[in-house]
Amino acid sequence: MTGPTLFALVAAALVGTGLYGFIVSPSPLRKILAFNVIGSGVFLMFGVIARRGAIAGIGGDPVPQALLITGIVVAFSATALAITVLLRLAEEAPTTTLEPAPPRGAPDATRTTS
Amino acid sequence: MTTPGGLLLPLCVLVPFVGAMAALAIGGRGAQRVAMATLAAGLAIALWNGVVFIGSGQAVVYVLGGWQPPLGIALRADGLSTSMLVAVAVVITGIGVYARADFSTPAGSSEARGPLVYWLLLLAVWGSLNLVLVSGDLFTLYVALELLTFAGVPLVCLDGKGETLRAALRYLVYALAGSVLYLLGAVLLYGLCGTLDIPLVAQRVHASPAAWMAIAMMTAGLLAKTALFPLHLWLPPAHAGAPPAASAVLSALVVKGSFFIVIRLWFDVAPTLPGLAAAQILAGLGAAAILFGSLVALRQQRLKLLIAYSTLAQIGYLFLMFPLAFDAASGAFVRGSALTAGMLQTIAHATAKAAMFMAAGLLYKAYGHDRIADLAGALRAAPLSVLAFVVGGVALMGVLPSGAYLAKKLLLDAAGASGQWWWEVVLQGGGFLTASYVVLVLAQVTRRGDAAAAPVRVPRTQEVAALALALCSFALALAAVYGPVSGDLLGNPLAPKELISTLMTVAVGCGVALLFARDVPPLIPAGNPLRAAMLAVGGAFERTDAALRQWAVAGLSLLVLAFLFGAAMRTHA
Repeated sequence: MTGPTLFALVAAALVGTGLYGFIVSPSPLRKILAFNVIGSGVFLMFGVIARRGAIAGIGGDPVPQALLITGIVVAFSATALAITVLLRLAEEAPTTTLEPAPPRGAPDATRTTS
Repeated sequence: MTTPGGLLLPLCVLVPFVGAMAALAIGGRGAQRVAMATLAAGLAIALWNGVVFIGSGQAVVYVLGGWQPPLGIALRADGLSTSMLVAVAVVITGIGVYARADFSTPAGSSEARGPLVYWLLLLAVWGSLNLVLVSGDLFTLYVALELLTFAGVPLVCLDGKGETLRAALRYLVYALAGSVLYLLGAVLLYGLCGTLDIPLVAQRVHASPAAWMAIAMMTAGLLAKTALFPLHLWLPPAHAGAPPAASAVLSALVVKGSFFIVIRLWFDVAPTLPGLAAAQILAGLGAAAILFGSLVALRQQRLKLLIAYSTLAQIGYLFLMFPLAFDAASGAFVRGSALTAGMLQTIAHATAKAAMFMAAGLLYKAYGHDRIADLAGALRAAPLSVLAFVVGGVALMGVLPSGAYLAKKLLLDAAGASGQWWWEVVLQGGGFLTASYVVLVLAQVTRRGDAAAAPVRVPRTQEVAALALALCSFALALAAVYGPVSGDLLGNPLAPKELISTLMTVAVGCGVALLFARDVPPLIPAGNPLRAAMLAVGGAFERTDAALRQWAVAGLSLLVLAFLFGAAMRTHA
């Protein structure tokens, strides 16, 4: 197995693990971490493609590395924003769950009659 | 090659961002003045770019730093971008005029957090949207998409209350999953093509499993950001909880950014890859969105939630054009009347939905609440606000000569020509369902009001701004007829055929509202079995909607859709 193939498989495993955590973890902090795990997989994929030299046929393609740096900055900003909102939510509300409010049942106390 | 007037494209992006930076540096009351000046400058640039495009008849291109793609980055504005640039500028300006009354720094303080942040974010949303519209490569599109999300999310929680923070966090985290899928697809395309420049990718990409999965994942990720059913878990609380001037931005414009990239992807990047089966899935989701969005809208008690669910339905309407734009002979998606119709619908919805949220905000301000059942007498108390809401609603129904009317006619023609009669049914049904919730609100506000609950007067400029945006949809029809659309489509609204179609839409809408709405004026006795059955059906739709908005379900739906699109593309090849 060549190096790029091995790293590509690791990248796929990271994306898969991240997606699993993103879907099943109940806590928002874990979802944000899962997003970062998926992101790591994607960035590793960038590295693999750079190493393959893609179409250019050279030893290492510099363009994916430039993209990768930008991608990391974007993911970092996204994480910072999400953590900030989460901290504010923890201050303001009793619980930080992201599940929507349960559907209104038939006996609706807040219902105003016309 | 940079074309004449190409410099306008970087200016489109830079001017709003420079305005936002200057507003941040100046702060306080000065921030609002800077924002107003930026709105005027940006509108002028967008219009000028439109003039340049019409003059040359070719896409405006600017090559950054003189570096040619694939090494450099090009900004491009074709007809789609140019029309959207103007539409976004007009809607942002209208919202800005409206927001002056809500987000001015209060007397006695030199700076308040809410107003300052609102003006910064308004300009940031605009700059990011303009970057989405003019980007010529897939990675710049990714950055623009993320900027748009970062600017849009804080608009949801401007008031800093627990529920809006929760809505904002849900929106942000789900949107991040969407963007990471988009990025993964872009990486795979780079691996296949060695470039991210859209025209070059279009030349080099060929049918292969990696290409199918790349396009499928990018599409699914973008749908999560557009909130197409069933990936809409974040939309209703986020759009209904934000302040009205922010809801208008989110509902009218922010979701259109990712929708625009779907169009780029399917029409420009890889027109031959997705195929008809994938397009049928896309439009099928759109049809489900129309049904769920409209029926759940009818069950809402708060006006802003009703409008948020209406947005869900209207987003579905936008996706109906995909199977109709497919050319069976070449096996590709082609730019034609169906795409024109889709863009008309996009712009019509942007103006109309902004007006509806603004009108709802005015009613909230007048009454101190937005419970639909308690808005009796609003027609007399705030006639211009009600008029703006109704004109916006009528503009979406597609009955009178308006943008949505032309869009519906073009799509009906395309559906008839390609023998896809089932989309004709959905298009007509969508009009009826839109009519139903507009009629429902109209029925409540025209009832005789309670004199004790005398409303507060609302500023006239805000009412005029809302009404002006609502009327833009009719101006759009005129602009379209002078541009890409044949004038024969625009019939006399008083001709018997048109009159009957209008009346029928309203009448069927009334019927749907009477059967499905929770609170209707007492025309049907409570024990009527048909109404009881329909209420139960509506309740089932509402519970299904709530189940689909559970996190695990929505997350799985995202993955399932990505694989479904990939599999559909395989059948095409």
